[in-house]
Formats: sequence, structure tokens, C-alpha cells
Amino acid sequence: MLLAFENVKKAYHDGSGAIPVLRGVSFSLDAGQTLALTGDSGSGKSTLLHIAGGLEAADSGHVHVAGQEVTGLDDRGRSDLRRSQIALVFQQFNLIPSLTVAANIGFHAALSGRDDPARIARLVAALGLQDQLHKYPEALSGGQQQRVAIARALAARPKLLLADEPTGNLDETTAADVIEEMLALVAMDGTGLMVVTHSAKVAARMDRGLRLTGGLLE
Amino acid sequence: MTATPEAGAVIGAPHRTRPRMIGPCLRALLSHWRRNPLQLFAFLAGLALATALWSGVQAINAEARASYDAAAATLGEGQYDQLLPRSGDRIAQARYVALRRAGWLVSPILEGRLNGVRLVGVDPVTAPAGLGGVSIAEEPASAVLGPSGRLFADAETAQRLGDLVDITVDPNVAPGLAVGDIGAVQALLGRGDLSRLILLPEQPLARPALAEIAPELLVQPSSQSADIAQLTDSFHLNLTAFGFLSFCVGLFIVHSALGLAFEQRRGMIRTLRALGTPLRFLVALIAAEMLALAAIGAALGVLLGFLIAAALLPDVAATLRGLYGAQVSGSLQLRAEWWLSGFGLALFGTALALAGRIWRVARMPLLAGGRPRAWVAAHAARLRLQAGAALALLAAAAVLAFLADDVLTGFVLLGCLNLGAALALPPIAERVSRMLQPWRRTPVWRWFWADTRQQLPGLSLALMALLLAVSANVGVATMVSSFRLTFVAFLDQRLAPELFVRVETAQESAALETYLLGRGLEVLPLRRAPAQIAGLPARLMGVRVGPTYRDNWTFVAADADVWDRVEAGSAVLLNEQLARRADLWPGDVVALGEGLSLPIAGVVGDYGNPTGQVVLSHAVFERLHPDRFARQFGVRTASPAALRAEISAALGLPANAMVDQAVVKTASLRVFERTFLVTDALNLLTLGVAGFAILMSLLTLADQRVPQLAPVWALGLTRRQLGGLELLRAVVLALIVYLCALPVGLALGWVLLSVVNVAAFGWQLPIYLFPYDYALLGLYALAAAALAAAWPAWRLARTPLGALLKVFSNER
Repeated sequence: MLLAFENVKKAYHDGSGAIPVLRGVSFSLDAGQTLALTGDSGSGKSTLLHIAGGLEAADSGHVHVAGQEVTGLDDRGRSDLRRSQIALVFQQFNLIPSLTVAANIGFHAALSGRDDPARIARLVAALGLQDQLHKYPEALSGGQQQRVAIARALAARPKLLLADEPTGNLDETTAADVIEEMLALVAMDGTGLMVVTHSAKVAARMDRGLRLTGGLLE
Repeated sequence: MTATPEAGAVIGAPHRTRPRMIGPCLRALLSHWRRNPLQLFAFLAGLALATALWSGVQAINAEARASYDAAAATLGEGQYDQLLPRSGDRIAQARYVALRRAGWLVSPILEGRLNGVRLVGVDPVTAPAGLGGVSIAEEPASAVLGPSGRLFADAETAQRLGDLVDITVDPNVAPGLAVGDIGAVQALLGRGDLSRLILLPEQPLARPALAEIAPELLVQPSSQSADIAQLTDSFHLNLTAFGFLSFCVGLFIVHSALGLAFEQRRGMIRTLRALGTPLRFLVALIAAEMLALAAIGAALGVLLGFLIAAALLPDVAATLRGLYGAQVSGSLQLRAEWWLSGFGLALFGTALALAGRIWRVARMPLLAGGRPRAWVAAHAARLRLQAGAALALLAAAAVLAFLADDVLTGFVLLGCLNLGAALALPPIAERVSRMLQPWRRTPVWRWFWADTRQQLPGLSLALMALLLAVSANVGVATMVSSFRLTFVAFLDQRLAPELFVRVETAQESAALETYLLGRGLEVLPLRRAPAQIAGLPARLMGVRVGPTYRDNWTFVAADADVWDRVEAGSAVLLNEQLARRADLWPGDVVALGEGLSLPIAGVVGDYGNPTGQVVLSHAVFERLHPDRFARQFGVRTASPAALRAEISAALGLPANAMVDQAVVKTASLRVFERTFLVTDALNLLTLGVAGFAILMSLLTLADQRVPQLAPVWALGLTRRQLGGLELLRAVVLALIVYLCALPVGLALGWVLLSVVNVAAFGWQLPIYLFPYDYALLGLYALAAAALAAAWPAWRLARTPLGALLKVFSNER
């Protein structure tokens, strides 16, 4: 089992008290499997993804990623986990603006000690980024930036790829292309993929789908 | 649904992976500077300027102190008790021999001048270790001792003495001083007597009393000698204060550049964290990166400081010579004490600025949306905090204005005033822009003020720096100009006689007085003698009271019939320095020696002179020092040039023994102007640094302006109009700063004149206002702001259309 949630709960606090976001979520994802997580705005999709990626801690329950219990890890432990086992793709791309496309793509791999120029070259070719390598992110279109983000994520050979609205900022055609390319690449490596999306088309391309409503899985 | 974790998955060993992370993370962090070279330049230049002005001033101070120390070590000043003549300035050599025979462990010193060089003769055999410089002890006795013995001086002084004497160049000897065996100096000066005797610290218990062997000598304790280092301390403290002010202004630039760099790297830091960089590791890396950059900026600053100090040192040396008679070397050495202090302070300043930013990074939630300029949102809360701190500091300054009575509390008061005013500026500017916005109903006017408010967070540090610079300029201009007015009036009263004549012997003195009185002229002979008044070193001045004194001298404090009482010998005058140091005022009685005590009738202002003085009538002076003749005469005459020629012809006095009033006045004013040359230079540099701060802030903010300006451009304002408004905004903000700086500067001037000057120099000056100078300074400040804004505004006016259009693109 690559990813497992067991009765995970999470609430946010504001001046008026606790606002529950996840009310006891349990599910699992196997290696090589793809999963779409859908739901209305504010249903807790992104929170769930962040907990899976070790970006946030759950209030209770258990989360396992690649055999590692995430729930009790401190910042250093969660950072190590993200660096070595997980990759993230965001709606806003989150590229480093002062690094070239090439440096951005190689960044996570270098950080995790899995720098592999041949693999990076294959990813660059697969995503059609050959002519963009020396440019800076600001010179790229949204679709190109998201491709760079996907290349960066997969260059690090993660076991689990988490994508938060990866096509939210892209037009329909570009979105479809990006999703196809991402699916082809994760299938090649046997990487597990969980995608948070509003798009029914994107969700339909995944092996499985889960819908989150009011902090609970339907 | 229940899930079981897969066993055997491995997370990379964290501690071994740390070194591997350094390279990519550091490359990412540094790439920001590569893409934003202006920010890097602002940071390094700000730090370099701050360090330069601070370390430059410290270099000057260190050089001066080294000169004082060398002089003190050579002359024993402030280190040993000494025996001095009660009257006159010479001790017979026989008296020294008698004291040694009686068991007194004393060592003779002879001082005199040759070719403008101070010659000091010491006895290497009896002198305490270290006195006279190191080299004397190291040289063979045959080369040093005796009438033909060698002298020691630094290269500059050796050159001045030329071939007159055999000299060994020794850089350890104080500037303007040549030291050698007393026999050699006696031979050079043509004297057989001594100037003073140093009392060695260890003395035999059984020895006859001084009064039995040498009743004409008195003991001067070491703590009561007029140590030149003590005298000049205030001057150096003033320089240090200016250096520190400049450092603070420079640090504003650093703070501003640092804040912007952190703000712009906020997204990058989040990404690095999301990709698995631990927070502590990242914080340590950022701190190391910034401190390494700070070290580069500080090193550049120290280098620049050396150049500034080298340029200013000759003027400072001249000032110290003119004001205090202190000899300071005109050449600069790279001393660890100043470059280390500059380097350390720069690193400390950066670390301080860094600490707050890093604290924010550590608290920054990993997932908060990448909100550019999140600081604007936090600005309102910070403004309230700033306003509170400003009020507290200004209240502290108000309290200190009543309490401060020494230099240190004076500077604390200045610090509270400056910092309080600087912190108050952003809330005031915010308030002003809110008040002006509804004044006119045109949309551009309203947008202009709303946009100005939006710019304030990014510009506030630069504006605060400008406020500090302008208020310092107003304050110092007030002090210097008030001092100048007072000093000129003082010169007019003190230099009323049209001709001054100096004589060397008692015979010349008597002949001159007789000659001048015979011609029916008003003659003002001046007799002087050193004295201890209320335990402080001072000088007695015997004067013949006449119309010139009565008509010209003005008093800081006085009883009735001052001059009548002084003339009658029933009272004396004190100069302000002595009155303040000894806390003696009209009505108090002062002991003058020889069992004579007289009341004080008045206290006179005496500017530019560090020594305490007691003015008394000729008759009283005669009673105390019958052997002291008048060496200086002031003469009232309508034709000084003709009188000079007549005196020269009649008495054979050399031409250089007589000097016109105009020459003395000019020379005095020149000393005065040089005194404040350094202050003026530092003032200008501070204003320049503040202008630079504005330029850097505007340039570094320029990229963020495009999304803010694009909508206004789309609504119909041209890029040229936008550029013009940008320029106008800088000028308007500078005007607000100037209007705030003016009262702060005047308060600063008052503190300098009424608190710091009194504590530092011993005199209080009346405050005068100079509206024309202030208006001119205001124009300079506006011009500096306009100049600083010109380039960013020009760049804005030429923003490519594509950049503006991109703001509206969905894919931006």
C-alpha cells in the first residue's frame, strides 16, 4: 500500500471556534494506481492532499506513505519524507522564478540525491520542453509552466505524486494534453498519483475516484 | 476503509543528505540576487556606505587617540605626579640635584620649541620605564646620552627639523614631537634649566618634606593634569555620534533591501519547503548566505572608510591642533580597532535586521497562498505599533530634555528624539495622504493619494532615512550658525585692540609699555600664570581694566559693578568653562593661592578655549606672581600698520612679534570653519546616503509597480503621465518628510547647543534661527528626492506595452 488514511480528522480554528474540515477519512492508494479526489469548494480536498504530502499534520487518525507513519513526524521528518518519496504539483505551478527551466526541472532530483540527466532528458522530450530549457518561468505560458512543474516532480522518481488542481489555470485543450502526458509518465514508473480536481474530465481519466462532501468520503 | 502500510520503505538518511541539499538550495537562493542585481547592489552599497562612514570616523578617532597615547607615554602626562614651579615655568637644575640627594625619586623633563617642533628632553637613567619612547632604551648609551645625543621623532617631524640635529626616525613617537636625552635638548635650546620633574611612583618613606628642599615647587597630582585625551573626548564623541547616525541611515537601506528580498523570495522559500527542505536547515542557510553577503559589504565599507578617513584626517588634525593644541598624525594607519569595529558593527546590524525576517520565515505557514506584498496587509498593524513606540520615545526625549546634564545622556536624548521622529513619520504620512485624498474630487487626484498610501510600506524606511538626514542637517546647521554668530561677536569683544604685540623678556615688556603709554595710547597688557583653581588646572590672567574691557566684554552671569570690583581688586571673573566645571558662580568665593581668596563678580563666555581662566586685576596678579611680566599687549590705535613700523624702529622688536587684529580674526575664523568642515562633510554624506536609499527603494519596487499601474494605464492615463506622477509622488513625500524634519531638526539644534555643548565643551550658546538656510535645505531635500525618483520614473514611462498587457493575461 503506497498511501493509507485511517480515520483522519482535521479542524481549523478561528475566533468563533473549531471548524471541522475532515471528519474521519479512510482510504488507500496502491503503487501505480491513479486516484481523482473531487468535491465542492471547501469540502476539504486540498487539506486531505496536504496531509498526504506532509505539508500539514492531521489532528487525529493515521496516515502512512510508502510504509512510513506520517502522523507522528516532526518538521524534519516530514521534510525528509517529501524530499525522498513524494512530489507535489500545484495549481500555481510554484516554480522558482529566478532559476531557469532546466534548473527548475533538476531541482527536486538534486535535492533528493537522485539527479539523473538521462531521465531528465527523457522527461523534457516527453513534455516538449526542449526549446524552453534556458528560459526563465516568467517567459513561459501557463501550460508550459505546468509541464515544467510535472517534469520537476517526476525527475525526483517519487513513489507518490500529489497534484492539486494541476489544470485549474489552463485552457481545456492544454489541460487535456498535460493530464495525458502526466498519466503516461506515472504509468511508466509505476508512480501512485492522487489528483485533486474540479474537472469531471480529468477525474474520468483516473483509475479511481473519491468524492469528499462535508469532510467525509461518499 | 482500513489500510495497512507497506513495509520496508526507506526514507533517505536525513543527516547524510544535509550536505547534498546545500548546493541546490544555495544555488536557488543566490539565483534571486542574480535575477535582481539592483537589490543586491542596494544591499551591498547600503552596508558599504554605512560601514564606510562609521569606520571612517573610527579610523580618525583611533589615529588621534594613538597620537595622544604616544604623546602621553613620551611626556608622562596623566600617568605620574609631577613637581611644577609655583610661579614661572622653569626649575633650576640645582634644585633637581638637591631633591635627588635628599632621597626624592624624581626625573627631569625639559620642554621647548625648535622650528615649530616640540622638543622634550628626558633622563633615560632616572625616567620611569616607557617614558620617552621605546627606542631610547634600545639604543647604545653612547649614541643617546650627552649634549650631542641623538633625538627621536616620526618621519614628518624629523623632516621639519632637517639637518639641525641627528635624528632617528621612530614611528612610535607622537607627531610634532622630538624626544631625546635632556643634555642634548638643553644644548639645542641653549638652556641649563628644567621644565618639570616627574615623581616616580615608589618613593622612600623617610624623606624630607618638599617645602624644606624646594619650597618654590608644588606637586601636581596625575589626575589633575590637563590630559589632552580627556580634553578631546567630547570632540571625538561628536564625530562618533555623526558616524553612528550615518551608519543608521545606511542601515535603513540594508533593512529595506533585506525586507524586499525576503518578500520576493517568500514564494521560493515555500517551494523549497514543499520540496522537502527542512525549516531549520533553510533558516541556517539563509542566515549564512546573508551574513556572507554582509561580510562582503562590510569589507567594501571598511575600504571606503579608509579612503574617507584619509581624506578627512588632515582637516581633523588641523581642527584638533587649533582647538586643543593636540598634535595628531596626518597619515592614516590600518588599525585593527577601527576596521574590526566597522566590520563587527556591520555584521551585527545585518544580523539584527535579519533576525526579524528570519523569525517571520520560521513562522510563515507553509501553505499560505503566495500573496505578493503581504506586507501591505500587515502594514496597518505595524503602523499602530510604530506610532505607539514613537510616542514613547518622544516622551522619553521630553523627560530627558529636563534631566540630561552630561554628554552621554545628551546623546541618549538625541537618539530618542531621532528614532521617535523617524518612527512617527510613516503614520504621519499615512494620515496626511488620507486627509488630502478627499480634498479634490478628480479621480486621478484620489487615485494618486490612494496609490501613495500603497507605496508607503515599501518606501517608509527610505523616507525615515531622509528624515534623519534632513533633521540632522537642520540641527547641525542651527548649531554651527548659532556658534558662528556668537563666536564672531566674541571675537569682536575679545579682539577689540587693533594691534597685538608679543615680547620675550621683562626688559622688552617694560620698555614697550612705557613707550606706548608715553604716546597716550590705551594699552592692555596681559600677564598669565598657571594655577590650580578648585582642584582644576586653570590660568590666571592679569589685566588692566580700562574702557575696552568695560565697553566690549559681555557676561554669561554677573553681579552689579563687575569691572569696578575687579579693578579695585575685590573680585575676579571666571570663564564659563571653569565656572561650569567647578560649579562656581557670581557670589561664590575662589581661592587663588598664597592665602588669597576673592569673590566672583562675573562669568564670561570664552569660546574655542578648553582651559579654565580666572581674570583678575593687575594689582592682584602682581601680588600672586610678582616675577611674571606681561608677554602680550593689546593696543588701541587708529593706524596699526604705522604703529607696527614705529614700535619696530623704536624698540627693535621683530616684525613677527606684532600682529594686526584683522589677521588674528581671520586666523581664528579659519580655525572655526575648519572645525566644522568634517561635520559638514559628514552631513552632506548622510544626505547623499538618504537620497541613495530613496533611489534604491524606488528601483527595487519598480517591478511590483507594473501590476498596480496597468489598470490605471488601461483606463486612459499614458505611461508618460504615470511616470510624471511617480516623480511628483517622490517630491510630495519628500516635502512631507521635510516638514516633519524641520521641527525635529530645531529640537536637535537646541539639544546640541543647550545640553551636548555645555557638557562637552563647557559653554552654552544662544540659539538663533536661520530660515533662509532651512528653506535652502528643503530645496536640496526635494531635489535629492526628485533626482532619486527621476530614473525609476523614466523607466516607468518607458515600460513596454507587453509588460502592461501581460497583467491582464489569464496565463500570467
